[in-house]
Amino acid sequence: MGKLVFVGLGLHDEMGVSLRGIEEIRGMDAVFAEFYTSLMIGLSIEKLEKLIGKRVSIVTRKDLEEGGGSLILQKAIEGKVALLVPGDPLIATTHIALRISAEKQGIKTRVIHGASIDSAVIGLTGLQNYKYGRSVTIPFSENKFALDTPYSVIMENRKMNLHTLCFLDIKAEEKRYMTIKEGIQLLLATEKKMERGVITLNTLVVGIARAGSRDPTVKAGYIKEVITHNFGVPPHSLVFPGKLHFMEAEALITFAGAPEQIKEMIK
Amino acid sequence: MTDSLLAEAGLLSPKIAGQARALDYLEEEQKRGITIKTANISLLHEIKGKSYVLNIIDTPGHVDFTGKVTRALRAIDGAVVVVDAVEEVMVQTETVTRQALDERVKPVLFINKIDRLIRELKISPKEIQEKLSRIIRDFNTLIDIYGEPEFKDDWKVNPSEGTVAFGSALHRWGFTSGIAQEKGIGFKKIIEIYKQERWQEIQKTLPLHSAILNMAVENLPNPVVAQKYRIPKIWKGDINSKIGQAMLDCNDDGPIVLCFNKVQMDSHAGLVATGRLFSGSIGEGDEVYLVGAKKAYRVQQISMYMGAFRDVVDRIVAGNIAALLGLDLARAGETLVDVTTKEMIPFERIKYVSEPVVTIAIEPKHPKDLPRLVDIMHRIAVDDPNLVSTINKETGEYLLSGMGELHLEIACKVIKDFKLDITTSRPIVVYRESVAGQGVIAMTKSPNKHSRFWIQVEPLEEKVVEMIEKGEIDDIVGRKQMGTVLYRDAKWSTKEARNVMALEEHRNILINLTTGIQALREVRATIISGFRWACQNGPLCEEPLRGLKIKLMDAKLHEDPVHRGPAQVMPATRKGILGSYLTAGPILLEPIYKIGVSVSPQWVGEVTSIITRNRGRITSSAQRGSLTMINGYIPVSETFGLAADMRSATSGHAFWQCTFDHWEKMSKNLALSVIKEIREKRGLNPEIPSPNRFIDEA
Repeated sequence: MGKLVFVGLGLHDEMGVSLRGIEEIRGMDAVFAEFYTSLMIGLSIEKLEKLIGKRVSIVTRKDLEEGGGSLILQKAIEGKVALLVPGDPLIATTHIALRISAEKQGIKTRVIHGASIDSAVIGLTGLQNYKYGRSVTIPFSENKFALDTPYSVIMENRKMNLHTLCFLDIKAEEKRYMTIKEGIQLLLATEKKMERGVITLNTLVVGIARAGSRDPTVKAGYIKEVITHNFGVPPHSLVFPGKLHFMEAEALITFAGAPEQIKEMIK
Repeated sequence: MTDSLLAEAGLLSPKIAGQARALDYLEEEQKRGITIKTANISLLHEIKGKSYVLNIIDTPGHVDFTGKVTRALRAIDGAVVVVDAVEEVMVQTETVTRQALDERVKPVLFINKIDRLIRELKISPKEIQEKLSRIIRDFNTLIDIYGEPEFKDDWKVNPSEGTVAFGSALHRWGFTSGIAQEKGIGFKKIIEIYKQERWQEIQKTLPLHSAILNMAVENLPNPVVAQKYRIPKIWKGDINSKIGQAMLDCNDDGPIVLCFNKVQMDSHAGLVATGRLFSGSIGEGDEVYLVGAKKAYRVQQISMYMGAFRDVVDRIVAGNIAALLGLDLARAGETLVDVTTKEMIPFERIKYVSEPVVTIAIEPKHPKDLPRLVDIMHRIAVDDPNLVSTINKETGEYLLSGMGELHLEIACKVIKDFKLDITTSRPIVVYRESVAGQGVIAMTKSPNKHSRFWIQVEPLEEKVVEMIEKGEIDDIVGRKQMGTVLYRDAKWSTKEARNVMALEEHRNILINLTTGIQALREVRATIISGFRWACQNGPLCEEPLRGLKIKLMDAKLHEDPVHRGPAQVMPATRKGILGSYLTAGPILLEPIYKIGVSVSPQWVGEVTSIITRNRGRITSSAQRGSLTMINGYIPVSETFGLAADMRSATSGHAFWQCTFDHWEKMSKNLALSVIKEIREKRGLNPEIPSPNRFIDEA
C-alpha cells in the first residue's frame, strides 16, 4: 500500500521543517520537493539533504500540472513518498489536486504542517487573525485587467473594516520575485484607471520582508513613505489594514515604526 | 505600357521604351515579361496648356499577385484595366475589376495587343470590331455584376465617351475615339499601315502615353471628387467628425491621415512605407502616430516616386502618394495620423481576395545561413501580402505559403538573389479542418485543476463566413455594430450576436454565453489566446480550423489571479475547443481553384479531359471568336504538373489561369488518406486522437 506525505518546509531555510517532518522523511522511499510556489531564500538543497539524510528530486510546475504529478503518483502507488513544499503544504491550494488524485488511486495521504506566511504576517505585524478578509496575489501580468482583482479585493475588505494580505507574485523559472515597491506601483497604476480612491499616497500599508528569517523587515506607514523604504532581498509581502483595534495600532507603532497618527484610525 | 508613360515624363529615352520595362525593375520581372511587384510613379501631364499631376501605381497582372493589387487599390481613385485583345476578358480581369469596384475605384479600359490581331491572327476589320465589342460588353457585364447600384451605370465604359482606349504597348501606340477623330485615323488605316510594315509611324501620330494619360485625366476623378464618395466606403468612422469632413474634402489644412498600401524593406533605407494621404499635408520632422501599432514617430524623410527611384521632397499635400522613412512598425493597411488625433478610427483592414494555399519548406544549404534566411523570408512576406512565412516549431522547418507554384517559384528566386543557397521541398497544399454538425459541451480543466471550462463547437453559417470575408464584421467595427449586423443579417439570437468575444483569421468566431462570472474580464484575453491557439492547429492533422462557431458556455475560475493565469486558462480553452470539435463530425476542406482556359476548338476535348481527370469540373465553355473559353473548378492539389500536361496535350496552344476560389469538403476516404499522409509527414501518431484526450471527466 502506497503512501504520499506532504511535508511543510516552513519559512526561509531548511531549519523551518518540523521534527515530525524530518522523522517522517527519513522513512521514505523517495523524496520530491517543489520550489515554484514560494521562495525560500536561505535554503540550500545540500544542507536539506544532509539534514534529512535523503536525496531530493526537484519537480517543476510542468511536472505537477501538465504531467498531473504522475512522476510522484507512480512511485507512491508502491512505496512511501514525500513531497516537500515551502510553508504549510496546502495553503497555496496548488497541491490539493494532487492529494485528491492520490486518494482516488488508493494512495494514503498525510499532511505535516509547517509555518506559513499567513501566520507569520499575523505575528510580525500584530494585525489580528480575526480581522482578515480574502487574501489575494498581486500578479506580474501583461494583462491590463489582471490587477482589477487585487484592487477590488482590498476595496471590498476595507468596506467591511477587514485587513487584506497581498501575496506578491513570483516567477521562479525566471528568478523574478515581486518587491513591495513593484506591488505598490502596480496598485497605484490601477488606481489611476479605477479612480475609487482605494490606493493613494496616504493609504496605510505594512510591508513584510523575509518572514521567518533572523532579520525580517517589517515597516508600516503611508504609501509615500513605505514605497521608498529599503526592505532588502525578497520574499516580500504586503498588508493593507482595515480599521485598527487599539492593540493593533500599538503593535504597528512598536514593531513596524508606524507614525503616531494611525491612532486616529482606531474605532 | 508604363514605359511609355515614363518616356512622357522624360525618364526613359523614347527609343528603348517598350523594351526597357523600367518599372519592372526586378531582373526576374524583365525576364519573365510580367510584373510581379507593384511600382509607383508620379508624373506631370499637359493637356491643352493645363498641367495635371498623376500618381500611378503599376501592379502585377498575374493572378498569384492579387494581394498587391488589393493594396494598391486603396491608394488610388481610378484604374486603367488592361485586357489582352487576343485572350479577351480573363479570370484575372474579373478579379481585379471586382476588387476595384469594391474599393470604389473607377475603371477605364485599355485593350492591348491590337498589333497581334492584325499581324498574327490576320483577322478582318469586321472580326476585329466584333472582338473589341465583345471585350467591351464582357467588361461592362463585370461592372454590372460587381458594381454598386449608384455607380455602375455611370462607370460602364464606352468608346464614344473616351473611356476605352485601343493600342499596342509593345509598339507604343494607342488611341481613344476622340483622338482617332482628331487625327482622322481609324482601324482600317492602321491595318493598312501594318501591312506596309510602317508601324513605327503610328507611334508618332498616336503616342500611347497621350491616349492613356488623356483618358485618365478626362475620365478618372481627381482626389477632391473621389474622396467624397470613397471615404464613406473605405473608412468606418464618423463622417461628420472633424477628421471625417477633412477627408471628404481632401483638405490640405486638415489633420494628417495617411493609409499605407505598400511596405518594403530596403537594404539601405530600411523600411520604406508608401501610402496615400487622404487629408492634411505631411513633411519631414512632423510628429505622427501609427494607429494600429500605437507608436509615435517623427517623419525622417518623405519622397515621391519616379519609377524605381524616390525623390526627396519637403512636403506633400492631401490626395498624393508618398514614401516615408523611419516608421519601423508600419504595415500595409495601417493608418498614420497626427500625434494629436491618436484616437482616430483606423481604415478598415484591407481585404485580401485570395488566400495562400500552397506551401513549401525552405532550407539553407549551409546551416550558418539560417539567420539570414529567416530575415529574408520575413522581408519578402512584409513585401507581399499573399506570402506567409512560418516556422514549424516541432520540425524546425521554415515554411513559405503562397498562391500557387509560380508564386513560390518566384519568391525562391528572390531569396536566391540575396546570394543565398537554398533547397526547397515539393509544394504541398494547405488544408482546413471544419465540422459538419454540433459537438458536445466539452468540460475541460486547467492544468492545476482549479478552473473548469465548458465549450461547444458548431459550424459557422456560410453567410457569416462570407460577412467576415467581405469585412462586414471585423474587430475594428466594434462589438456593438458587429452585434447589430449578426442579429439583423445573420439572424443570430440577441444573446449570441451581442457576445462575440473574438474573430480569428481562419473565419472562426468565439462567443461568450456565460453570465455572472466576475473574473471573466480578467481572463478574457487569455481565453481568446487559447481560442487562437486551437484554431491554428486542428486535431485532425494540425491544419487550421475554419468556419467554426465556438461557444463558451460556462466557466468556474480559481479565486486568485495567479492561479488562473495564461498557463492555466489557455490550455484549458484549447482543449475544450478541440474536444468538442472531435464530437461535431469533423471534415477536411481542400482549396479549389477557378480555372479558365482559352484554346482553339480542336483542343477543347483534351483540355476538358485533363480537368475532369484531375477531379475538376467544367462550368461553361463558350466560343469567343476563334478561341474557346473553358471555365471550371479544379482542386489545387491536382494542379501540380498541370502545366506540363496542358502543354503536351495541346502542343502548347492553351492559355490558362488559375485563381483560388473556395474551400470544399473532401469525401471521407480521400480526406482520411490526406490526413494520414500529413500526420505521417509531421511525425504525429497515425491515429486521429479521440475526444477523450481533450475532454476531462468531472
